[in-house]
Amino acid sequence: MIRPIIAVLVLLLAFGALRVPIEHAVSREHREAYFRGAQLGLGLREQLGQVGFLAALSGFRSVVADMLWIKAHTAWERTEWGRMAALFETITSLQPRVIMFWDMAAWHMAWNASVAALNDQRLGREALRVRAQRQYFELGRDLLERGIRNNPDRWTLHDRLAMLLRDKFEDHCAAAGQYARAAAFADAPAYEKRFAAYELSRCPGQERAAYEKLAALFDLGKKEQLPTLLSRLAEMEKVLGIPEADRRVPQRPSESNP
Amino acid sequence: MNAAPDPAAPPSHPAHRGFSPSRIAAIARNTLTELIRLKVFYFLLLFALLIIGNSAFMLRFSFQEEFQVLKDVSLGAMSIFTSLLAIVATAMLLPKDVEDRTLYTILAKPVPRFEYLAGKLGGVLVLLFIATLLMSVLFVAVLFIREKWVIAEILREAGGTPNEQALEMIANVKKSAFSGALVPGIAIIYLKACLLSALTLFVSTFASSSIFTIIVVVAVYFVGHLQATAREYWLAAGANVSWITKGFLAMVSLIFPDLQMFNLVDDIVAGNDIALGLFLRTSGLGLLYVGVYLLAAHFIFSAKEL
Repeated sequence: MIRPIIAVLVLLLAFGALRVPIEHAVSREHREAYFRGAQLGLGLREQLGQVGFLAALSGFRSVVADMLWIKAHTAWERTEWGRMAALFETITSLQPRVIMFWDMAAWHMAWNASVAALNDQRLGREALRVRAQRQYFELGRDLLERGIRNNPDRWTLHDRLAMLLRDKFEDHCAAAGQYARAAAFADAPAYEKRFAAYELSRCPGQERAAYEKLAALFDLGKKEQLPTLLSRLAEMEKVLGIPEADRRVPQRPSESNP
Repeated sequence: MNAAPDPAAPPSHPAHRGFSPSRIAAIARNTLTELIRLKVFYFLLLFALLIIGNSAFMLRFSFQEEFQVLKDVSLGAMSIFTSLLAIVATAMLLPKDVEDRTLYTILAKPVPRFEYLAGKLGGVLVLLFIATLLMSVLFVAVLFIREKWVIAEILREAGGTPNEQALEMIANVKKSAFSGALVPGIAIIYLKACLLSALTLFVSTFASSSIFTIIVVVAVYFVGHLQATAREYWLAAGANVSWITKGFLAMVSLIFPDLQMFNLVDDIVAGNDIALGLFLRTSGLGLLYVGVYLLAAHFIFSAKEL
């Protein structure tokens, strides 16, 4: 019986020596194709506990992430914002490729938790409440930025970050940049390009560039000539002092005769 | 002129072949029948309850959340059920045949031991294929029903004539529900179960009982999911890592299978598409594992005194 055992050991070791470089190469290919990107470190072990970490290691990290998502939903119903933030950290570490997790987590932090913080009288003075509100904005931005780093091949989180920068930070220049990045993806919706131009038109010092983009969109035809585009274009034409003859949007009588 | 047959000559039989796929198929068929008689498909009821219950529970969430959780839970359940079925069904094969004396009856005939093992494994692989197929059909059916339900709700809210926003929502629902990329994901779940089955067969050739086999394979299952970490650390280890650590990591990498390789479905559900070449390379590795474990089982089993 010794000979077959030796034969099996030799077979397994030889097969191991043959497959290790292949497996290493296939693993690299998996990572390049955005598979197996979750970083299951010791920090996660502390957050998940023994059983959850074991389950995540054994190929059930998506199920563990879903269970935590349901927990986060319950925390939301109870308005436990701090607990939600901690759960979102774990969930997005487990499933960094699920756009919905980054998107919803950022939305909860920047829109829901921030409003709750501003209205939370237990925080005391208004200055403190505004500070807490801004901290939740920052949390939302951080989630979206990390989401983008984990999903560089997708446009959705650029759009969400642009929305956050526009509506919460009122940073129209940065929002225009994010919308433009989203628009650069082949599968991005057509409105991303429009939104990028709208935000650029609100960015001080970028009037000329915004005018050119808006005019280019206008020239694409009726489909692009939407009310917001017309009003932004008219505004840029006015700001830049475009001669009446060259204007795409005719000036209203009230504007020409102040 | 034809010569008359010699009545004294022995009756002519087809020559016995050293390797016969039809003998393997016969053993596989019998194995499959035996396993089906053990009512192994009852677990499908549990699977159905799990996904229908999950679908009902997730009604209060948004449709994106609902479909995400439904797909994750269904595919996770599919993975655990096929893995368990592969381990438990295969671990029982050899001890049961020894206990029933069927093994001696078969091997007393001119059936090579390799064909016996290949037939047994073949039976389990067919069983796993049927189980995976049935679970997939159930999963797709629940996903399809929920998709239609959500779309009908959107249309009802839009008053029957969908506007641009409703049409975009319907497109999003369709995108969140079933996608063709799930098919290679399910195929990889099946391959992982095949690998575990071949590994279990190998362990059962030298194990003293089914329980021992199951425990060993479950341990290998957990170590196998960490093999990639050990391998990467081993390959990247510099001079400051002791030779004992390096040796240990090398042994783990060389002996244990990399089961993380077959956990692609999490990312497929997240919207990743798997390229055909990558799918074929991953599948090829899985099939190679099955072949090597079958060969290893043959080495031990052929030298075993029965």
